[in-house]
Amino acid sequence: MLWEVDIYTAPGQTDRLAATVAGEAADAGMNGRLGVRAARGYLIQGDFSPADLDRIAGELLADAVVERTVVAPVGDDRLSQPPEPAARLIHVLPKPGVTDPVAQSAQAAIADFGLAVEAVRTFKKYWITGLADDQVAPLCAKILANDAIEQVILGPLAFDRLGVGSAYAFARVTVPMAAMDDAALVRLGREGQLFLSVEEMRTIQAHFRDLGRDPTDVELETLAQTWSEHCSHKTLAGRIRYQGPDVSRQFDNMLRETIFAATQKIRREAGADDWCVSVFSDNAGVVRFDEQYNVCFKVETHNHPSALEPYGGANTGIGGVIRDPMGTGLGARPVCNTDVFCFAPPDTPVDAVPQGVLHPRRVMKGVVAGVRDYGNRMGIPTVNGAVFFDPRYLGNPLVYCGNVGTIPRDKSFKEPKPGDLVVAMGGRTGRDGIHGATFSSAELTHESDELSGGAVQIGNAITEKMLLDVLMEAQARGLYHAVTDCGAGGFSSAVGEMGEKIGAEVWLDRVPLKYEGLSYAEIWISEAQERMVLAVAPDKWDELSALCASEGVEATAIGRFVPTGRLELKYHDQQVADLSMAFLHDGRPPVVREAVYAPPPARPLAPPAKDCQGYTDSLLAILGSLNVASKHWMIRQYDHEVQGGSVVKPLTGAANDGPSDAAVLRPVLENRRGIVIACGMNPRYGDLDTYHMAASAIDEALRNAVAVGADPARTAILDNFCWGNTDRPETLGSLVRAAVACYDVATALGTPFISGKDSLNNEFRPEGADEPIAIPPSLLISALGQVDDVARCVTMDLKQAGNAVFLVGQTKNELGGSHFALVEGLDGGSVPTVDPALARRTFVAVHRAIHAGAVRACHDLSEGGLAVAVAEMAFAGGLGARIELDDVPATDDARHAAVLLFSESNTRFLCEVPPERAEAFRAALDDLPCACIGQVIAEATLEIVHAGEHAIRCDLTTLKKTWQRPLDW
Amino acid sequence: MPEPRVLILRAPGTNCDRETAFAFETAGARCEVLHVNRVLESPGVLDRFQILCIPGGFSYGDDVAAGRILANQMQHHLADAIARFKDDGKLILGICNGFQALLKSGVLLTSDGQRGPAATLTWNDSGRYEDRWVRLRADGSRCVFLQGIDRMYLPVAHAEGKFVPRDAAALAELDAAGQVALRYVPLDGATPADPSAALPFPDNPNGSPGNVAGVCDPTGRVLGLMPHPERHIDPTHHPRWTRADASPAGDGLALFANAVAYFTGAAVG
Repeated sequence: MLWEVDIYTAPGQTDRLAATVAGEAADAGMNGRLGVRAARGYLIQGDFSPADLDRIAGELLADAVVERTVVAPVGDDRLSQPPEPAARLIHVLPKPGVTDPVAQSAQAAIADFGLAVEAVRTFKKYWITGLADDQVAPLCAKILANDAIEQVILGPLAFDRLGVGSAYAFARVTVPMAAMDDAALVRLGREGQLFLSVEEMRTIQAHFRDLGRDPTDVELETLAQTWSEHCSHKTLAGRIRYQGPDVSRQFDNMLRETIFAATQKIRREAGADDWCVSVFSDNAGVVRFDEQYNVCFKVETHNHPSALEPYGGANTGIGGVIRDPMGTGLGARPVCNTDVFCFAPPDTPVDAVPQGVLHPRRVMKGVVAGVRDYGNRMGIPTVNGAVFFDPRYLGNPLVYCGNVGTIPRDKSFKEPKPGDLVVAMGGRTGRDGIHGATFSSAELTHESDELSGGAVQIGNAITEKMLLDVLMEAQARGLYHAVTDCGAGGFSSAVGEMGEKIGAEVWLDRVPLKYEGLSYAEIWISEAQERMVLAVAPDKWDELSALCASEGVEATAIGRFVPTGRLELKYHDQQVADLSMAFLHDGRPPVVREAVYAPPPARPLAPPAKDCQGYTDSLLAILGSLNVASKHWMIRQYDHEVQGGSVVKPLTGAANDGPSDAAVLRPVLENRRGIVIACGMNPRYGDLDTYHMAASAIDEALRNAVAVGADPARTAILDNFCWGNTDRPETLGSLVRAAVACYDVATALGTPFISGKDSLNNEFRPEGADEPIAIPPSLLISALGQVDDVARCVTMDLKQAGNAVFLVGQTKNELGGSHFALVEGLDGGSVPTVDPALARRTFVAVHRAIHAGAVRACHDLSEGGLAVAVAEMAFAGGLGARIELDDVPATDDARHAAVLLFSESNTRFLCEVPPERAEAFRAALDDLPCACIGQVIAEATLEIVHAGEHAIRCDLTTLKKTWQRPLDW
Repeated sequence: MPEPRVLILRAPGTNCDRETAFAFETAGARCEVLHVNRVLESPGVLDRFQILCIPGGFSYGDDVAAGRILANQMQHHLADAIARFKDDGKLILGICNGFQALLKSGVLLTSDGQRGPAATLTWNDSGRYEDRWVRLRADGSRCVFLQGIDRMYLPVAHAEGKFVPRDAAALAELDAAGQVALRYVPLDGATPADPSAALPFPDNPNGSPGNVAGVCDPTGRVLGLMPHPERHIDPTHHPRWTRADASPAGDGLALFANAVAYFTGAAVG
């Protein structure tokens, strides 16, 4: 029998779920007067007595102090008694097959009562009054449910059993492609969601023609996935003919000749002091940390899934990137997360959101909740990030998630051996995320939610945490030769890559499934979450298997690495695929692309001359702009202190609410050595010149890290390119130009790239539109720094009245792409540039000064320039400042008050220096541009003076409130 | 007596086990982190330890409700072993998720057959998970862990930390018995005339009636608290250590030291 348990809040308790729904309906402009009563509920299938159900409801499912239940068989009248007359009843359930972690846990917990339970599913139940008939569908679609993963049932539930899947009858499927013409090949690729080019389809056709047979469906899927942009980065690692403004260049492998080449050059020059361990080869980049440990870092994006289902997309985005360090070397222990998001403004009018697109406010809330719930449950502190807003992210939000891990030095490399078992560990395989790898390489359309709904997944963090717990133990005991994660492409990608140099056979029928009915091809390409693949020597398998069983983690031998050079897939001894590893990994025809770049013509930006009130208003407008405004609403929802190594938190200062430049933590509790996590990004500069955007992003990541005390000589960086459709030569050209800048600046700074990832085709085509909306070029640079002794770190909040305020670095007339230009509605201007040689010396000098204890507070200058930086330092410290603009080191053309206040020139820091340390500070800075420009004052006011007149004057409370208000949700 | 042995009990989703063990070891204890399955297989394993600690995290994902599933496992399978542990004069500590599990399993406060459980921990008034630092006033008159401690500054990091008593009388009984071991106090350091008068957010981060942050059992040997003492055992844990606000040792260390001293007899100070 199928039972239903409805759980309502008890009288006097807040019905939070109902309040959320009513609030969101009002926010969305749908209906401000909804009456909502909500219940969460469980459907429980099994042969129970009413007393059993009362016990389950009372002792497990509901809280006797704050909740009340209604328990009855599904369909019983008691379940459909409206709390208010004429209330509509709406149920929302996860679609069959969608991961339902609470149901899984509840099922196990019911079994722990000694009761036989067949199946459980959760749901939400809403009683709604004040809702017109024509508002039902929009309320369901926009507020109550997401069609990608949930189903809505109006009225009482009427089914009598929970069932998913039906038995699968094996049938080997071949694809008769030998005789297809180009049009047929294109149709095959599109209908099969392979997303391969016609050249690639022809290459596959020719390969199988030579073999004298047609491919099976799973062979085609394997090739499509391995050759996908997502997995092979074929565009950026491909041949590109580039015509830039002053250079033309032919690349055979663009990434290798720019980003990787920079690292190789730096490593060569470091010689015996090379501290890179493993770069651009494993799932994360690895560098040395201390005598015992290395540290690794990876940042990934999960953009397209997050556009369709923000919670699930971000949830599995963070879950996926955590598995990258876990799958690096012989398995790293994750120690912190990062997250950077790009959204359309949350105040975008509802009617400006095209069909098929979720409102940015909903996207933002869902994404933050997704990262929060996964990161917090994993017990990994989320310590650093950023959020950017631009209308062009409307249909295509960006979700970057990063993870840092520590790994024993002697466990930093993996090598699967012939004869090793292929072992799948962790979650079971379902239809989740079929075609994720190929889908993520495609442009989104308003039909994407229908076409690719299967690519959306929900994660189960606890499954991954359990997997991590046994993996760390197995790593310590040396129970395997290699490990990698199942990410995009599932087993296909994981086994295909791990067995590339050996060969593998896989027994697909042995893979544990979530439910019946999966075909062998679905098993192979499923992107179900929380799975890893290990190479295990047969004599270690019993021990590993027992370890996993002891903690309730599933581990199954699903194949063997065999020295055949082939990938053979079997289903109950029937061969369903037999591909040569050589063709799979090296058979893809090279992608050849044209790339051109011409920066937009220079246009002067004449800043308006304003009085004190005018500039003060500009400062307040920047502080209250979305990119600059406080992100405390997000930060506090993340556990940023779990694992007990927190040193510099994301929010800092006298009231724990100022914006830190970077996070510092001790990953090894017995050790005083720390890691520093920072980032840099400014898509606004990319509209003017992607070279300088990239250079500025690197500079920003470095100066954020240096500002808290990181040693610039031990700081590594990561690149994440999110771009529009690079089939357009101009779009690809803007990317190549950024990559060239990465080479130039990284080599000049001596800062190696250790890992990177790209996500192309971030475009959205609204219904009926000819032109897609492309995102702005969005290069995220993430930095991983180190400090010898965390006690030497500094934070950005002003500490003591009477201390001097020094400005380090040269201010130039660079208001192009600035936030001053944004809030004033000004176009043109010079984009901030980087002098990398000067930057390198400056970073070293600032580090020297901090290390010498000469600096009490340090803050980098970024969006909003000097004025914003000093305002943030002041209100974070609860102390005022008096600043003289006339003393600012600046170029001759930068003497305008607006430029001195708001220019975003790179490589600049504000440092608070006690009078008695001023000498030491100046000595550390040597001949670099640097001047004392003011003092910390006890009065809670920011005063900035230019040519004897106040340019800015404002009390700290106003500054801080203005900065905190916009996203104080 | 030699250093006491601590069992750090970890379940699927527990995630503060390592730093909690580190805190106990820093305070002079010897720790073993054991999976709950090992204890369920042989509850007698508890006999080897003097202190049982259930650390923070999301046991079983906090699916259904925070700490609920672990609490049920303890009720179903470990009730006798834990009762014996208590009767032997040993110590039990639950931090955050551990507090939720201890409370919901009935180990901390006994349930009244007629009126139901004395209290629960439920959703914060804010309706969301939050990580922030709070000021606490300790009452060490009864609680072993809080002897000699007056004030503490610690972080909370939870979604379901609002302590809701069955009714006002239940809270008054706990208060009268000296079992309200920890209360939130104003962040500005002021001492309120009536410590149980409702404080606003964020002084009281979750809206607990009576500002309750932690409770102990009638013996004072079982303590559950929402704040994380293991996250403030080092000066650089303090959010304002760069402003010289920090103490030489983190405020939380004294709680672990008290537990150790209870067995070794060493003075804490």
